[in-house]
Amino acid sequence: MADRQMPRGSVGEKPSPDAAPAALVDPVASAELGFPRLIRPVEGRLVAGVAQGAAAQLRLDPVVLRLAFVLLTVLDGVGGVVYAALWMFTPRAPHEGREPARDWSQVAAYAAIGLALMALSWLTGASTGGFGAWPIAVGGIGSLILWQQADPDRRQRWMDSTVGQARKNRVRTLAGLVLVVIGAIGFLAVNDELGKARPGVVFTLVVVGGVALIAAPWLAGLWKELQRERRERIRQEERAEFAAHVHDSVLHTLTLIQRNAHDSREVMRLARSQERELRNWLYQPKQDADASVAAAVRRVAAEEEDAHGVPIEVVCVGDCPLTPELSAVMHAARQAMVNAAKYSESSVISVYAEVEAKEVTIFIRDRGVGFDMSEVPEDRMGIRQSIIGRMERNGGSARVRTEPGEGTEVMLTMKLESS
Amino acid sequence: MGVIKVLIVDDHRLFRSGVRAELGDSIEVIGEAEDVESAVRAIAELQPDVVLLDVHMPGGGGQEVLRRVLGSGSQVRFLALSVSDAAEDVIGVIRGGARGYVTKTISGRELTDAIRRVAEGDAVFSPRLAGFVLDAFASTEAPPIDPELDSLTQREREVLRLIARGYAYKEIAKELFISVKTVETHVSSVLRKLQLSNRHELSRWATARRLV
Repeated sequence: MADRQMPRGSVGEKPSPDAAPAALVDPVASAELGFPRLIRPVEGRLVAGVAQGAAAQLRLDPVVLRLAFVLLTVLDGVGGVVYAALWMFTPRAPHEGREPARDWSQVAAYAAIGLALMALSWLTGASTGGFGAWPIAVGGIGSLILWQQADPDRRQRWMDSTVGQARKNRVRTLAGLVLVVIGAIGFLAVNDELGKARPGVVFTLVVVGGVALIAAPWLAGLWKELQRERRERIRQEERAEFAAHVHDSVLHTLTLIQRNAHDSREVMRLARSQERELRNWLYQPKQDADASVAAAVRRVAAEEEDAHGVPIEVVCVGDCPLTPELSAVMHAARQAMVNAAKYSESSVISVYAEVEAKEVTIFIRDRGVGFDMSEVPEDRMGIRQSIIGRMERNGGSARVRTEPGEGTEVMLTMKLESS
Repeated sequence: MGVIKVLIVDDHRLFRSGVRAELGDSIEVIGEAEDVESAVRAIAELQPDVVLLDVHMPGGGGQEVLRRVLGSGSQVRFLALSVSDAAEDVIGVIRGGARGYVTKTISGRELTDAIRRVAEGDAVFSPRLAGFVLDAFASTEAPPIDPELDSLTQREREVLRLIARGYAYKEIAKELFISVKTVETHVSSVLRKLQLSNRHELSRWATARRLV
């Protein structure tokens, strides 16, 4: 047993010379070095991830180490102490987002195994004798490792029929657990062993209580310190991300604005595009511009605003997925925006997109010079082909309202297929 | 109506002086405030006709000013002015009692116009606010509790749509063959519905739009 514990001890201890500085360093970074550092993964952990981390280190199945811990815990609580020590000295793996929930049915299964073993050893008197039980533990752990090396398919079958089911049915696991405990106590009571067992239980409780009492303040302090450090790190990461964003966008733009101070149009364009970008970052949900009408309209308007330096105000009501027909509407809308930006001399362009149950309507309006529809030459592709023609080819319609001096409004309508 | 007395409440000094410089002759800026406390004090002391109210400020923001001033029975009128695009901010100040909402990108001439309108007791909707309102009232999942308050009339919808399309009140009046006064009546009626409706979708919608 001693040599069984040694490698694990050394695994836990080995990085300890550099543990103090390494605790501050990102554990993942150090894991990329030659010797992987023992860490506790968050994903798939049952208690604290110690067994899983150690298993990854030893290239064994986590089930083996979990059962080993259970076995050793049954024996004078050695497993529990080792587990606690490793828990304390091992850093937790960094984890993004919400922590996954533990699989409590598995925890219950291991607890049931532990209790069953405890009951067994109590009956055989091994736990009081101490040394009598070590061969069983050594044998047990050895066979576990052998089992780990066995044919994966067969093991999988075995797993499916036991742990898998336990996972599926928590109620059954709980019922089994209760039965095992009742059975064990009942057996002891019937055999009048309960009375004899009591001094041992009391003694253990006293020792555990005493140790807990001595160590509690220190442990609590350590725990608090760890929590504080973790919070601090999260805050720093958030701050760093925020700073990076502000630097990449806002500061960069401000520099560009200073350089282009003589060109008021360029300054305007830079300020507008930065404002839009920051607004999107702050207020807009992450939308895929290839997937939704509102996002597509916003993107088209943003691109044309950047290209022509004329502010385009977008208002969207409702939203729906982008179909091929609606993509055609986007192209027509883009052409209308380009026309308004290039020829209307309007200082601002208003775009209003409304998605209703049966149709999508987009208005592109400027207050510029306007023009006379009848005087537009036949060969001018912009309005006739790119807007009106495109809409009609795709089953929609376009209406252009304009008069010299009155500005222009293009209205694009596309019926939605009732699905 | 003579010169309109205006108080500017905004925590950015640069912005306050910018607005001051842009406003027309018909408007007199009688004071400035930079947070909730000083705003509440200045409104009580100076009795402005219109308060230009920033939505985001230290000490609770524009909504807190609205709650404390209007809660004490004051009749002063508020026009919210903000860079925020977040729907819950916009709907929040309107439901808090502001008579309009314009974004800070508005031109000086338009702002002067909007202040005059609010001073006369009308409502002022920017295209963006009109879009939000249409969106909020569009969801018809649940039957309205109070049909009069919980839905927009066809005409109100038309007016809001034209505002969202970037039309000025005068242009809307021309488009719908009604007077500017009628347009203002419709907008004020929408404002009232927005403020009084208990339609739970309004709040749910704003929550769903809580984007950050």
